[in-house]
Order: sequence, then structure tokens, then C-alpha cells
Amino acid sequence: MHLYNLTLQPPTAILQAIVGNFSGARQQEIIVSHGTRIELLRPDPQSGKVSTVIATDVFGSVRSLAAFRLTGGSKDYAIVGSDSGRVVILDYDPKTSSFVKLHQETFGKSGARRIVPGQYLATDPKGRSMMIASMEKSKLVYILNRDAAANLTISSPLEAHKSNAIIHHIVGVDVGFENPMYAALEVDYSESDQDPTGEAFNRTEKMLTYYELDLGLNHVVRKWSEPTDPRANLLVQVPGGQLASSDRYDGPSGVLVCCEDHIIYRHMNSPQHRVPIPRRKHPLEDPNRGVIITTAVMHKMKGAFFFLLQSEDGDLFKVTIEHQEQDVTALKIKYFDTVPVASSLCILKSGFLFVASEFGNHYLYQFLKLGDDDDEPEFSSTNYPGDGMRDPSSPLPREYFKPRPLENLALADEMESLDPIIDSKVLNILPNSDTPQIFAACGRGARSTLRTLRHGLEVEESVSSELPGIPNAVWTTKRTESDPYDSYIILSFVNGTLVLSIGETIEEVQDTGFLSSSPTIAVQQIGADALLQVHPHGIRHVLSDRRVNEWRVPEGKTIVTATTNKRQVVVALSSAELVYFELDLDGQLNEYQDRKAMGSTVLALSIGEVPEGRQRTPYLAVGCEDQTVRIISLDPESTLETLSLQALTAPPSSICIADMLDASINKSHPTMFVNIGLQNGVLLRTVLDPMNGQLTDTRTRFLGTRPIKLVRVQVQKSPAILALSSRSWVNYTHQNLMHFTPLIYDNLDYAWSFSAELSPEGLIGIAGNLLRIFVIPKLGTKLKEDVIPLSYTPRKFVTHPENNYFYLIEGDHRTLGQDAAQNKLKELKQAGKRIDEEVINLPPDIFGRPKAPAGTWAANVRVIDPIEGKTIAVVPMDGNEGVFSIAVVPFSARNNELHLVVGTAADTTVSPRTCTQGYLRTYKFVDDGKGLELMHKTELDDVPLALLAFQGKLIAGVGKSLRLYDIGKKKLLRKVENKAFTSAIVTLETQGSRIIVGDMQESIQYVVYKAPENRLLTFADDTQPRWVTASTMVDYNTVAAGDRFGNIFVNRLDDKISDQVDDDPTGAGILHEKSILMGAPHKTNMLCHFHVGDLITSIHKVSLVAGGREVLLYTGLHGTIGILMPFVSKEDVDFISTLEQHMRTEQPSLVGRDQLAWRGYYVPIKAVVDGDLCETYARLSAQKQSAIAGELDRTVGEVLKKLEQMRVTSSGF
Amino acid sequence: MSSELRYTANTQLEHLHARYTGTGHADLSKYEWLTHQHRDTLASIVGHPTLASYLAIAENEAIGRIKFEMTERMLQPCGPPPRKDDD
Repeated sequence: MHLYNLTLQPPTAILQAIVGNFSGARQQEIIVSHGTRIELLRPDPQSGKVSTVIATDVFGSVRSLAAFRLTGGSKDYAIVGSDSGRVVILDYDPKTSSFVKLHQETFGKSGARRIVPGQYLATDPKGRSMMIASMEKSKLVYILNRDAAANLTISSPLEAHKSNAIIHHIVGVDVGFENPMYAALEVDYSESDQDPTGEAFNRTEKMLTYYELDLGLNHVVRKWSEPTDPRANLLVQVPGGQLASSDRYDGPSGVLVCCEDHIIYRHMNSPQHRVPIPRRKHPLEDPNRGVIITTAVMHKMKGAFFFLLQSEDGDLFKVTIEHQEQDVTALKIKYFDTVPVASSLCILKSGFLFVASEFGNHYLYQFLKLGDDDDEPEFSSTNYPGDGMRDPSSPLPREYFKPRPLENLALADEMESLDPIIDSKVLNILPNSDTPQIFAACGRGARSTLRTLRHGLEVEESVSSELPGIPNAVWTTKRTESDPYDSYIILSFVNGTLVLSIGETIEEVQDTGFLSSSPTIAVQQIGADALLQVHPHGIRHVLSDRRVNEWRVPEGKTIVTATTNKRQVVVALSSAELVYFELDLDGQLNEYQDRKAMGSTVLALSIGEVPEGRQRTPYLAVGCEDQTVRIISLDPESTLETLSLQALTAPPSSICIADMLDASINKSHPTMFVNIGLQNGVLLRTVLDPMNGQLTDTRTRFLGTRPIKLVRVQVQKSPAILALSSRSWVNYTHQNLMHFTPLIYDNLDYAWSFSAELSPEGLIGIAGNLLRIFVIPKLGTKLKEDVIPLSYTPRKFVTHPENNYFYLIEGDHRTLGQDAAQNKLKELKQAGKRIDEEVINLPPDIFGRPKAPAGTWAANVRVIDPIEGKTIAVVPMDGNEGVFSIAVVPFSARNNELHLVVGTAADTTVSPRTCTQGYLRTYKFVDDGKGLELMHKTELDDVPLALLAFQGKLIAGVGKSLRLYDIGKKKLLRKVENKAFTSAIVTLETQGSRIIVGDMQESIQYVVYKAPENRLLTFADDTQPRWVTASTMVDYNTVAAGDRFGNIFVNRLDDKISDQVDDDPTGAGILHEKSILMGAPHKTNMLCHFHVGDLITSIHKVSLVAGGREVLLYTGLHGTIGILMPFVSKEDVDFISTLEQHMRTEQPSLVGRDQLAWRGYYVPIKAVVDGDLCETYARLSAQKQSAIAGELDRTVGEVLKKLEQMRVTSSGF
Repeated sequence: MSSELRYTANTQLEHLHARYTGTGHADLSKYEWLTHQHRDTLASIVGHPTLASYLAIAENEAIGRIKFEMTERMLQPCGPPPRKDDD
């Protein structure tokens, strides 16, 4: 087996975000790291929307990012710390719209190791140096400068190592133009490692250490080291240094040390200031729990600065420092607003706050005010004795605030993110859909969602109005060339034409010069200020003064089809003749003296737009009934000569020539594409060679069951093509590459561009007797998401085999259940406490739920109707039970009646895995599955992590044991048990009497159930330890599984062993066979192995295209959706593998990681081709493309076509 | 092997041990080995974003909290060292 890996949806989690002027323009941009991918985002200050400029796979893991700018520079660079053992400086080049690697300095081994730097990055605020540090010991300082040609230079590294020191955080200290200084939060473990009494451990102090880079001596010295709070976790830079123009200090310099419950201001040789982190005044809060700051951002404005610190609950605090020159007089903190917990915060100069959520959607907020004059209580260090530092070892009195809805911020934009995907299903259950949908259970806590993902672009409809009849075509047109918007909508009916004028309202008009008694074939705004209507009996040229010049068709003939642009008109007559008109300089339409006889009825015609600065477009495409397409010259020297001919497989129904940019073919100029829609629903896309009119590079695609109609439109200011069949598709250019995506919208019969004041970028379409105006708001997103909110983190879900409902289990650790919370509140009320109802009723999806101690659980079983997109019922769990597994089981002892079994456990702690009691809750479906009725609960001794229906019974993985249960009256009855598993059973799959068990640490094991002897026997396992998270059976002997470290692998059992095991009626043979390597008697072979880079949460074997081959679809925790597609022929494997080899040398990773080493992070890559790498072929320079294609004995077009075909046939994307 | 050579080999080895924290040697005690293993694992959890997210979801804590607690635990992941019996 050989597989081709293709990412359909790259990870959407943002692990870090940095802000800067990366393109060197005025506008600020954001670079975000998705772990294995970096993306440049551009927030538009006018509209407040964020758009992606470029996203690139780095084939490595990005661990840290920092922006920096050389002194006096106007452009920011990005420094990337990764697992490559190298530090990389990236420059965004706006001309080519790509990241350019300026420097790559190697310092250690690859991999995210303890002592190899890459985890932490800090830069000098004046852009003179940077520090890169590891988790322990290593810190390297690089000096950055510019050479005579103003190029960025980097020095060799200077070491600032400290052995036996664990590093918590580093930050650059702002010291102005004095020697660059870095602050590090370190703990030395050498003494506590030597002291058996544990005293040294208790005495260990967390040190705040300053490292100074002496630029004169080229040396790093430890300048200052002082103990600080033992629970400090984060450092924040405080502005400092003098302005060049005046003697004023920017700020006091130093750092904010964020600790559990406190913030401390610290600097060398200056007094400390400490304030408490205010806590939420929530009656259910756990008083024993501290609050830490997880992210912080500092913002400098003219002569002032402030900090926004975010606590782990999502509350933002505004921290200000009052200072006189370099002396701090007060440190102040106040509650600002509450936003989702972020992995990074970025403040933009245009007044926006970008919140990269650690889980779920990301947000852009606009600052309404800075919380300056409100009545929110402010806590100042001066209110505490000794500025809060009289007794640093004891905490300050607790201060409280009341959380409230947003006051200082307003939501401007939202970026959808699937992160984390915890479980998924791929099914086709939505009506009128020929491709399956992906249902993904996403999110964490109260922001969890179940999302329906459909391949296609979202459409926003603004108008849908009924028409008197059923039109067969629609056009819009301006009145003159210089009009900004369209003036008329023209509708063609079988026996007439209706003209509507677009104004404040849309109403019918009569005196436009258009012929209304006959259907229309084409409409065009022609010349400077004239209009043109083509109808079956002639062409009407309506001049600006309403005079009409009409060209009439010779008697006995009609016009069957026509094509027009600003200067040219071609019509085809029923006698299979072409008539060509061109506008002369006086605005007169002149017929060319000859007519061209085609010999076969013309079905479709197309000419492109007139190129800028030209008189005419030189090519005409003609589709004839004899299944051919001819390219005919319109050049004055060879007018109406046939240049080339292409045979088709079916008669054409529509042709469309369009000039569109596709960087894989031509980086700088649009390519002229001839799109040919056939009557059998197949679209051919060919490239028209502008030199000789030959058609090359044909790609085909099946669009639907109806004859295709093609329309050239404008989408987001660039040309696009709408292809209408039984589904509507749009072909457009996004980030310089061509995309072909279906619209998630009703079928359209005809469509055209629509531009009016209210919707300048719209489209107009007709469907039956409905006229519709719509826009395509977001290009580039290939999956449309529909969201059903959930209340807790989803764990797993199953489908009902008959009614399509989903049964989803959701549960949160450290959260009080609804009932438990109510009871506690009641107790508090009875104890006479006053309870603030406002705080209790805050929406949990924004504010979260109060954290309870470990071992507290809130959980539900939720019944969802995925077609309607709503929750039908919620069944809460009682008794502090968490939910872990679910299965629908037809018990044969009950006539195969379906039951829902839910595996729960009370008072569970996650690490180590313990519970006071596990349960299997058996539910009966009531009301056609709309409700659940608890039949009984079966006690267990461990947590049931996996359940599966098996031969009319239930197979359960309960901790380390695999058990078979049958249904009884009062509980489930244990029939047989196998306790030979090492850690815990997490996945179960079955075919026949074989059960595939995924162990939490010990990979996949094959188990057989021998009914005659009632035995569950393990007969095969794996030779490698694998921390399995998801698995699926590919066939009876083969299993594909994913593990916790981001690997995906396929294991296969030998056919002979499989037969031998199946032929053994009692299993005695297996029982007495000698075990190998202290495991099962047989071992599986690993067929394929691939490192995806995201933690695999589910795998399915599905077919994504109607009638297509089955592929393995997987989802990853950070929002990745990818497929593994089997190759069909040896030639394909050879071809694509060779291409991959070339790509490895031609496309080095942006972070300096070796692609082969990355894809073989834990185990060498085996029999899988990295399609993501291969697809970057389209972005290579034309020179490199043709060099590689030459090595492969193909043309560039053939290589691109093969890559596209691999993608389209397997996924349809 | 000449004594000189052995001498240089040892200093090299010592140098390597000083340079690569966590490298084992012949006289490594069980406690030291285990502590190294745990520190490596904890550093790996902080260093691999997916693992940190995974733990954060399981524990229902913020990722920042998980990273902080993991880093804290690196100080003494396996308790105090065993008493040395010097008799």
C-alpha cells in the first residue's frame, strides 16, 4: 500500500501572533503561527475585517515568534524559533507575496528538546540583538545589525548558559540605547537534586536575572540576579530609555513579573511594587485556587503606555505605571473587559485588539475607550504597606471585581477556527447533497460547538423576489462606460424581454430602446455610451440619444447564439454561419464583409474582454454540434480563419474565454483560459496560447448532471467564472492560485454580475421564477461551517442507524454540574450569603464557568438533529459523573432493539486515572429517538473509555480490561473478560468476530471472540509502543491508526495467520501458542507511517466524491482535516515520489527543518508521499518548475494536471 | 590504550556530559535516570503545542496554566533524591 497525504483544511489553532509592519508599508500586519504553518493576516482598519495575505506550510513545528525592527528601520522582520535547531529570520516580500528566509543560524540538534534553544525568544526593543532560549540551561544571544548595503546581518551566537537552571520566561528589557539587556525567570535545581531531606527543594528560589550584552566587548554578562515570587510565570517588558530628541524618559524600564495572584514591578536598583490580581466575585469560585496571567501585551502611545494582562479565566486587566522619570511611584491594575482566553494578544495602532484564542474562533475587537474614566475600582500598589512589598512572602489581601459584558471593546471580526476537533463523523445526510459532510465536534468548555462542514463557498443572499414568469436568462448593464454601477436588469423570457431599472427601487421601464416583444440572446454596453441587444431576428444598437440602428437577419434565418464585448460582436445564424461586427472609431457597428460557414450548427460562442489599450481581442471560440471547438482568428490580417480545433466527448453547451491569473502557469500575467462546458456536465478547461491560438493543457472536471452554462463575472474585483450545472461552481483566483469551488446555494439557471450602490460586488441569478441577488463574502475558505452550540467539551458522538440523530456526550472536568451548582447556591443562600444574580447569570460561553477542584465533573448526553441543526434533548448526568464513551447497541437478547449505552465514571481524576466508581448507563430510545429513558446502571471498577456493539452484545474497554456484556433486567451482565492489556483501552473496532483494540500506550492489538468456548483472546499485536488516539479498520486484516504524537500509521496482519486464527474453532491453538516479545503470539507489519504534525483525533474510511474511491480522512486536534489516498498504479507512485524528492531539494523548509526528518519525526516515513510538499510545485518559479518537469520527462502542465487530478479525484476539493 | 589517551577521552566525555544535560553514564542511579526522563517529558509537553493543548483539554485548564505547572514540576519531578548509604 502506498498513500498520498493531502491536507484539506490546515490547522486553524493560533499558537502565537505577532504584530508589525512586515510589508514595510504603513499598515500593520499580523503574523500568526498555526504550529506547522505561518500565515500573514492583514486587518483592514476601515472595515475592521481580517484577511489572509499568505499562508505557508513550514514542514516543522514553530515554537516561538518575535517581531523586530532594526534601529531607524521602517520594516519589521519575523524571527522564528522552531524544532529545527536553528533560528530563522523571515522577511515578507510584498512583491512576490512570499516569505523570504534572510538568515538561518544552526545551533543545535533538531527536535523540541529540553536544552536546545527555540522555546523562548526575546528581542531588544531597539532592534540590536535577540535572545533565543530553551527550557533548561541554554540561552544564545545574536547581535543584529545592518551592513553598508543596509542588509540585515547576524552575528555568531554568544552564550549566556546557566547549567541546572529551568527557564520559565525571558524578555528583552527596554534600556534605550544602553547595552541591550534581557531578563530571565530561572530556577536552579542543582541543590534540590542533591538534598534527600527535601529542605533544599523548599528553599529553592525563583530568580529574576538580568543578562547584559556588552556591545563593546561582544560578550554577555550576568548583570543582576535577585529572588522573586516562587510562583512567577511570566515577564512583561516595561518601556524605558530616553528619547533621542529630549531628556524625558519613555518609562521607568524594568519588567512586570506576573505571579500567581500578584503582579510585581521590578527593576535593578529600584524599589518593587506589588498589586494583587483582582478576582471574580463569584459565589461558586474556589477560594483555594490562585489566578495566573497567561498572556500580556504592552502598548506604547505618544508619551504614555499601558499593559493589558489576561488571566486564565479570560479577564483582561489594564495595568498602568505612574512614574517620575525613572522612579515608579505606583503600579495600578483594574478590570478592563472579558474576552476568550488567548494564546496571544496584539494591539494595533489603528485601535484594534487581535485575540488569538487558545481554543475556538479568533476575534478582532475595536477599542471604544481605554477604560480611563469609568467607575471600575482600581487597585494601586500605594494602597498597600511598603508598596505591597512589606512582606513579600505573604499574599496581599484579595481584591474583587465584578465581571460584566464588554464596555471598552466592540467585536469587529471573527475568524472561524475548528480547534480543537475532538471527534468527527463523515456522512451524507443533508438533503440535496451528492457529497458527504464532515461533522466535527469542536471546542472546549462552554464555547464548544458541533460544526457541519460542507465543501463549498458561503453565499449571502440579499434579495430574492418572485417574477411573473420563468425567465431563461438575466443580464445587467451600465448605460455608459464610465458609470460606476449597473443601471438595468434585463430578463429574457420565452416570448419577450423585460427591462428593470435599478434605482432606489427596482421597477420596470419601457423607453430604453430594447425590443420587448422578443426574447434576448445577449446584452452589452458597447462603445462609450451605447447599448446593444441581440435578439433572434437582429441586433439593436441603441445610441445614447435613444436612436436605434438595427441590423436584421436575412429572411428565413435566426440568430442562435451570440457573444459580445465592448468593441466586438459575433453572432451565429441558424444556417451555421458566423457574422462578425466590430465597432469603428465613430461608434458605428460594422459588419465584416464575409460570413464564415461552419458546416455544423453552432451551439456556443465566446470572445474574451478587449485587453487594455487594444482595439479587439484576437480569438473567438466556437463550439459546434459535431463535438468540436474551433479557435477562429479575429485579427484583421486573418479574419475568420480557423486556427485550431479540439475534439470533445459530447456537444458543448457553453464556452467562456477569460483572462485569469494563475501563478502556477504564469506568475505575472493573466492566462487566457477557454472553459468549455459540455452537455453531459463535464467542464474542460484549456489554455489558449496567445501566440498561435493553439489549445493546450486540458483539464476536465465533472460538475453535475445538467448541461453547463458558463458566465464571466467579477468576484472581489477580479475576473471569475460561474459554472452552472446541477450545482453552481465558481472558478476564481485567490492568493494568485486558481480555485474551483462549489457554491452552497440553490441551483441557478442563469447568473450575471450585479453592481449597485448597496452591493457593488454582487451577483444576480435566476432560479425558476425567482430573481436572486447575492454576494460571495469570503473567498479561499473551502469549507462552509454551520454551527450548533454545545454546553460542555464534546467527547464523542454516535449516530442512530435509523433516524439520523446524533447522540453526543459532553463533559467538563473541574466544573460543577447544573444541579450541583444550584444546590451549592441554595446552601449559600440558606447560610445567609447574599448572592449576586447578575454574576451567576453571565453567559458561560463568554465568561466560562467557575473552576471547581479536580475530580468535579459536569456532563450531558445531548440529542442533536443535524439536518435541522438543533438540539432536541439534553440528558444531564448526576452524581458527579463524567462521560467517556457511548455506543448504540442492538441487543439480540431483546430482539435487536436498539439501546444507547453511555460509559461514565464518578469523581474521576485524569492524571493518574482514578474514579470511585464507573458506570455503564443503559438507555432506551423513546419517542423515535428524540428522548432517552434510563433503564439501569451497571457498576464498574474503572473508567470505561471505549464501547462498541458486537454481535448483539456490548464490548467495553473498562480501564485495562476488555469485557463482553449482555443485557439483563437490572443491569448489564458480564459474559467474558480479558485483562491482558497494559494501560487502558481507548479505541475499539470490529468486523466479524474480530475486535481491534487500541491501547492507550501499547498500540493496536487484534482480539478474537470464540463463541463456542466464550473466550476473548489476543492473538496479534504491534512491535512498537504507540499511544493510540484513533483507529479505523481499512479491511479485515488492516487497521489505520493515529497516535498522540501526530503520527498516522497502517498495520496489517498476515493473511495466513488471519486464516489460521479464524479456522481455529475454540481458540485453543492461540491460547497455547508461545508469546513473542512478551506479547501476543503474532505480530502485525507496519505498512505505512507518516507524521502529520497534529494530534490525530479521528480517522474514517470514506469516499468524499460521488462514485469516487475510498480514502482515509483524519482530523487533528488543532483543526487539521486531511486525507490519505491510496495510489492506484505503480507508475503514479514512481512519478509522485520522484517529484517529492525534487521538491525536497527545491523547496527547503522556511524554518530550516528537513522535510524528510519532520515527516519521520518519531518513526521514519514509510510508503506515504507528502502531497502538501508536492503541491508547492505550483508556487515555484517557472525556471525551477520546468527543470523538475524536465527531470520527470513531462511538461510543467502535465505535472500540474497530475497534482490537480490527484486532489480532485480523491477529495473533490 | 595509553594513559594519556584515556585521560583525553575522559575529559571529552566529561565535556560532553556538561554540554548535553540529560546524557546518561555508567554510574547513573535510578533516581537520576527517572528525573531526567521526567524533565525531558515535561519539556517535550511544553515544546510540542499539540501535547500542551491535549493536556489542557483533559484537565480543563488554560494552556498557559498547563505550561506553567509543567515547567514548575521540572524542578523536582520525582520527589527528593534517595538517601545515600555511606556505610
